[in-house]
Amino acid sequence: MGIKILTEHINVLGIEKLEVYRKHGGYRSVEKALKTMTPEEVVEEVKTAGLRGRGGAGFPAGMKWSFLAKPEGVPRYLVCNADESEPGTFKDRYFMERTPHSLIEGMITSSYALGANTSYIYIRGELMFILRILEKAIAEAYAAGLLGKNILGSGYDLDLHVHPGGGAYICGEETALLESLEGKRGNPRNKPPFPAVKGLFASPTVVNNVETISSVPWIVNNTGAEYAKIGVGRSTGTKMISASGNINNPGVYEIELGVPVEEFIYSDEYCGGIWKGRELKAVVPGGSSVPILPKELILKTAAGEHRLMSYESLSEGGFVTGSMMGSGAFIVFDEEQCIVRNTWNYARFYHHESCGQCSPCREGTGWMEKVLHRIEHGHGHQQDIDLLVSVAKQIEGNTICPLGDAAAWPVAAAIRHFRDEFEWHIRYPKEATAQGAVYRGQLTTVEV
Amino acid sequence: MAKVTIDGVEIEVEDGSTILQAARKIGGHVVPPAMCYYGPLKGSGGKCRVCLVKVTQGSTKDPRPMPKLVASCITQVQDGMVVENSTNENVLTARKGIVEMLLINHPLDCPVCDQAGECNLQDLSFEHGVSATRYEEERRTFNKVDLGPYIQLHMTRCILCYRCVYTADQIAGKRVHGVLGRGDTAEIGTYIENVVDQDFSGNVIDVCPVGALTDKTFRFKNRVWFTKPLDAHRNCPTCSGKVSLWTRGNQVLRVTARKDKYNEVEEFICNTCRFDKKEMSDWTIEGPRHIDRGSVISANHYELPVVNVPIVPNLPKSIRTSLQKN
Repeated sequence: MGIKILTEHINVLGIEKLEVYRKHGGYRSVEKALKTMTPEEVVEEVKTAGLRGRGGAGFPAGMKWSFLAKPEGVPRYLVCNADESEPGTFKDRYFMERTPHSLIEGMITSSYALGANTSYIYIRGELMFILRILEKAIAEAYAAGLLGKNILGSGYDLDLHVHPGGGAYICGEETALLESLEGKRGNPRNKPPFPAVKGLFASPTVVNNVETISSVPWIVNNTGAEYAKIGVGRSTGTKMISASGNINNPGVYEIELGVPVEEFIYSDEYCGGIWKGRELKAVVPGGSSVPILPKELILKTAAGEHRLMSYESLSEGGFVTGSMMGSGAFIVFDEEQCIVRNTWNYARFYHHESCGQCSPCREGTGWMEKVLHRIEHGHGHQQDIDLLVSVAKQIEGNTICPLGDAAAWPVAAAIRHFRDEFEWHIRYPKEATAQGAVYRGQLTTVEV
Repeated sequence: MAKVTIDGVEIEVEDGSTILQAARKIGGHVVPPAMCYYGPLKGSGGKCRVCLVKVTQGSTKDPRPMPKLVASCITQVQDGMVVENSTNENVLTARKGIVEMLLINHPLDCPVCDQAGECNLQDLSFEHGVSATRYEEERRTFNKVDLGPYIQLHMTRCILCYRCVYTADQIAGKRVHGVLGRGDTAEIGTYIENVVDQDFSGNVIDVCPVGALTDKTFRFKNRVWFTKPLDAHRNCPTCSGKVSLWTRGNQVLRVTARKDKYNEVEEFICNTCRFDKKEMSDWTIEGPRHIDRGSVISANHYELPVVNVPIVPNLPKSIRTSLQKN
């Protein structure tokens, strides 16, 4: 297994306690940053490291930080997005549950770099028990003088708060998160202005994922140049992957970016192959909102190269033959799984989670769900497939926030790669709705 | 000042104005439709997405085009910006798609809707929609919410533009209604049954682009195209008292604020003027109101009363003589 940055000590007994965490090298970055570095130097290090946002979009964190407006006399905020609700993603939850101090250390170092004196961790409402773990850890940090006034005698003050959301998926979108944090209804804002200019309480704000922030201490300790050596190309560092679905070893794996997908699925170090000795059918490589890829396209790109677990390689071929890294939720389907049913399930989720603010998403997500429900239950028509494609196209890119895209992509991709299966469901509703019925190429092999 | 080109027409507007405002300054076909943006209300806009336009050149300094279609009502102009509205195929396709989305859950009960004839959604779907629907599922319905004796809420017709929420916040004060729920089950409501009866709350009827909020005192009284609009005023202690009366014969059927051609209210009026003053004798008539909108009202016989002076009651003498001269 490659280098571990985030999960190195995750299995140490009692790592959630401050003294154990410090014994294993915890909070070294805080001392180093606050005592020997200027905030600009920390930002520079993160820039050199090429650390990319781990929440889904993959935007370089250092760049995001340098965009932060710095007007005089206005407070700045750092907000940690721990509202992890993408279906298939559970890495942040696992991480915060085990090593809450890693996140707090990252928050202190990052807040110092950004010049924020108040920072927030916005955590998903369902994760109430993790909120308690974090609050306990924060209390320990306050007691040890790592938070509060004059941290470690450096003259830098920081207050850290944990704020639970109500469990809405939309509050993982950064501007909706800020609205919710302000105590309002979690509706995404119109952009511009971007949060870097006008975010929380109309002040400049940076919103980063848990994993992104937690990677900062290592970068400060070992320099950004070291970090940039890990990984492949512009995908530097390590990434936590939540592997789930029909594999032998589901769980969270920290991988060095650039591991071949084939190795990730079949190696015993990671997923350990498809369960029950079955064949691989398809993979959703980055959480429910990214396009699904069939076996041929996930293992190798359209050009015939091996696909790697990296931002560039997974998105090679655009949305025609590629997908996205997303939040790193690797969902594997074996040959017994029905893609239509799965797509309906995703559409149902987005229908339920749309905030209802802008019309294409509000109406379109419900429409797609109803049509997919019809197809899945044997009441579809031939024109429904084209209808779905066109509705997805009407939503994509026309909405306020990326939830519209996230709802449209999986539907469009499933039809792009598994059109036969949809047609089989529509043409042979009786066979398709029978219990345990799965499409195994009947349309192409038997009929033609 | 910033110079912008919209559909090939160049215009100079103040810095900080939006594409939509610039387009309205030009007028005519370059103006994108708007269902949720409302000039007098701060913070409105960006929600309905029908005003999407293509920015083919960001500015003189940075001539790159914007990657996605942008909502013209909230995007500020830059010097040297080039915008395509009705000349861009993608914009029209996207708009068609959004009109379809707005209509799939709309009950299309125009024959019994009080708003019919002056409805923005009617105009919009006439201009940009298609005649058939591809939606076969059941349309969504809501439980009835009673907002008191003056305002009728038809949630099924609502397109969730949030205008009434902003009006209650900024004009009426003490907001008791808001958007509840999320996704396509989001609805306007008053969480716990409540009456919307603040002094200026009647204005939510005027700002509503569809027939979701209508005047209970005018309910089923008449079709709007049968009524004649008159400018009138009265000495009102709470508001400016400048209104439009919608009359038939000697009867005042409805009182609304005066609206411009984009359906935006010139001056908000109070509930007393709107709901309680329904006698001709309450008002000083200024003359017929000119309606400049591409709807059934203006296409019909709206200017007729101007020609046929005797059928307009209580017309001031000065206006009567000036009209008779023509």
